[in-house]
Amino acid sequence: MSVISKISNAVPSGTREYLTFRLGQEEYGIDILKVQEIRGYEPPTRIANAPAFIKGVVNLRGTIVPIVDMRIKFNCTQADYNSFTVVIILNLYNRVVGIVVDSVSDVMELGSESIRTAPDIESTIDSSCILGLGSMSERMLILLDIEKLMSNLDMGLVSIND
Amino acid sequence: MAETYQEGSGAGADFDLSQFYQIFFEEAGENLDQMEQMLLNLDLSNADDEELNGIFRCAHSIKGGAATFGFSDVAELTHQMESLLDRLRRHELQPIPQMVDVLLESADASRSLLARHQAGGQGEAVSTSLLVRRISVLVAGEVPSLEPIAVVPPVAPAPVVVARTAVPLHAGQMRRLEIQIGPLERLAQADAIKELFRDIPGLGAISDLKAAEPNTRLFAVETTSTDDDLLDLFAFHVSKDQVLIRGASPVGVGSDQVRPIAEASDAAEPGFGFFMDSPGAPPIDAPPVQASQIVGGASALAPKVAASKAVESKAAAQGQMESTTIRVDVKKVDQLINLVGELVITQAMLAQNSRGLDAGLYQQLLAGLADLDRNTRDLQESVMSIRMIPMSIVFNRFPRMLRDLANKLGKKVDFVTQGEATELDKGLVEKITDPLTHLVRNSCDHGVELPAERLAKGKSEQGTITLSASHQGGSIVIEVRDDGRGLSREKILAKALERGLDVSDQMTDGEVWQLIFAPGFSTADEVTDVSGRGVGMDVVKRNIAALNGSVEIESSEGFGMRVSVRLPLTLAIMDGMSVGVGEEVYILPLSSVVESFQVNSEAVSTVAQGSQLVKVRDEYMPVIALEKIFQVPRFDLSQSSNIMVVVEADGSRVALLVDELLGQHQVVVKNLESNYRKVPNVSGATILGDGTVALILDTGGLVRRARH
Repeated sequence: MSVISKISNAVPSGTREYLTFRLGQEEYGIDILKVQEIRGYEPPTRIANAPAFIKGVVNLRGTIVPIVDMRIKFNCTQADYNSFTVVIILNLYNRVVGIVVDSVSDVMELGSESIRTAPDIESTIDSSCILGLGSMSERMLILLDIEKLMSNLDMGLVSIND
Repeated sequence: MAETYQEGSGAGADFDLSQFYQIFFEEAGENLDQMEQMLLNLDLSNADDEELNGIFRCAHSIKGGAATFGFSDVAELTHQMESLLDRLRRHELQPIPQMVDVLLESADASRSLLARHQAGGQGEAVSTSLLVRRISVLVAGEVPSLEPIAVVPPVAPAPVVVARTAVPLHAGQMRRLEIQIGPLERLAQADAIKELFRDIPGLGAISDLKAAEPNTRLFAVETTSTDDDLLDLFAFHVSKDQVLIRGASPVGVGSDQVRPIAEASDAAEPGFGFFMDSPGAPPIDAPPVQASQIVGGASALAPKVAASKAVESKAAAQGQMESTTIRVDVKKVDQLINLVGELVITQAMLAQNSRGLDAGLYQQLLAGLADLDRNTRDLQESVMSIRMIPMSIVFNRFPRMLRDLANKLGKKVDFVTQGEATELDKGLVEKITDPLTHLVRNSCDHGVELPAERLAKGKSEQGTITLSASHQGGSIVIEVRDDGRGLSREKILAKALERGLDVSDQMTDGEVWQLIFAPGFSTADEVTDVSGRGVGMDVVKRNIAALNGSVEIESSEGFGMRVSVRLPLTLAIMDGMSVGVGEEVYILPLSSVVESFQVNSEAVSTVAQGSQLVKVRDEYMPVIALEKIFQVPRFDLSQSSNIMVVVEADGSRVALLVDELLGQHQVVVKNLESNYRKVPNVSGATILGDGTVALILDTGGLVRRARH
């Protein structure tokens, strides 16, 4: 509830734009303002001893960017890399991170009235990272607080003493 | 070595300072600007100590520089400013507006003097004697009497009959004048005028005459100065409209002719309106500040009045100091370097992709790419050179330090520098200064013997310490050499045994010398306040290793020693050796690579827990298989690692087991932590020619890993 009120406070009109993407059968939405660009997948340089969902680092026009495969992180059954695999480059707290998803669907405008609180569910994601559930006619959109999710320590993107 | 010259530490010998003029002019200009800014912001009623100190420092550094370079006029003026500021900062004087004014004017005068020197001494020099005099009055704690201006009542029967001789003045012509001062409330002010003549050499002679009116004084004066100059001088003590100058007999025809000074000034300097309001209406309400500024303005302009128009315009042109450099934020330069780095990578990618193209079909494209190749390389070179500064910046600190140190220790030391034109990255220069200082100090303290001892050994009384810098390949080598006593093998070994270090008599000299880099190691018999505490060489080594550099020692007992510091040219670019492990590429800093060889299975032996050791020339070294610690997946099982690369860090060596050596090249070092986190055994990342990322290994970390 507090999250919802925060959202409606931040945007007086009550609507926000979300970039939606698919991981397996699930559809997720993230704040479009956090997205820097969308790229095709290119094999990253592997980093030893990193968690499996961190695929490695790539060169993004001179910047070394870590790549996180959300499908592995969210325990999707399949994580194939083909020509349709997409990397969303996010800019969070002045850090650049790429996330691998199955596909990017589109950009949606959601008003606060169409966002429902997520029930307490057991999942691999910390439930505090879920902003809510957006209902778009038949589809259910899981709205992620991507900034919080990525800065979580168990993502291993930041050092503990950072 | 592009440039070599010697510098004796004792006498400045034939040391050419002119190469530093430009730096001095820039610095002095900055200091003057800064001083002006601070003076303007100074809160007189409640002057901040820090501000006063700041202003003092500015004047002090200009003075120091000017004196060094022999610009005595600037040094003299700034010396006076400094004395005034010194008394101010010690709270011996209360700051008053007049001080600020005179300091500002002095700053202006210094600036134009500097501009004149910068132009090679051409043009009319601004006379500073007046300013010097004004400052010394203030230093003495006297307040130039400006109050008469302020307190003159509107109805005062002020004799606004300031006069001047109508005779055209020729410089140097001796004139006899009668000067009437008054009416004054305190006649003592007039006596100050007499002191002026006494204090300023060449101004002329003054004697008392009997005054005709009460409260006035009459002087007979013989001088070569013009009336304007005299009036300006007197302005410190009495206001101008209280001075009456009459030409006395026998010089001049129209000696009695009296003309208001307003007219005279107008004629001489049309654009200068100060005197306009002085005769009829004394500026009653004018605050003292303004008045004194105006007076100051007059004095500054006085010499110009005498000068011809041509000189004037020339002087004005010189007034603006030429600026041949710009100060830029280092961040901007770094950004530029980064961008160029990207450009180079992109260019390399294009070159690689175009290699397979048919030269006949794509002739124009290939020609364009070749141009691009050349231009990018030139561009990279010039951009990198922005960050490069000559080693002389570092070297120049040492003559003075050594001289003091040698005096303190009772030694005679000659200091020789070579290759100070060698350029090095600014970031490195800042970080290399401390280690170098330490090495030079060590040489002086421990290396060079006392004069008597040297003579006894058949050496010349004077020891020599040589500091040299040169480019060798992609790195810079800085050497500190002395012809002192050198390192004593026995002493070091004895000390090492005492400290419980693992040593043997069979160690090579090189290994023995490396012992002095151990923390807390010192062979000095006594601890001086200079060195000998044993903190130092380990710090030197660590600092240099942190810059991806290395230190080598050569020594010959009784004949001296040489410490060579090898550094990469910049921190942003590193010489790397790329090695292949499985499908992956890793970069080793070339500075830490000792050797590489193909290994045969019998050379590798295992100890309990499976740690491997390899025997290299009678020495066992721990083996680190990169495949293992980086968990490299292996698809082609027919291949295996059979090449050892020996790397050295922190004084120990390990052998890294790799599949193949791919080559050596310069790599642009990228930070992995800016978007990710610290990765064990990895110090950074770089982008290869094909655009992929390769990790740079942290050899120090690998060596530490092998130790534990």
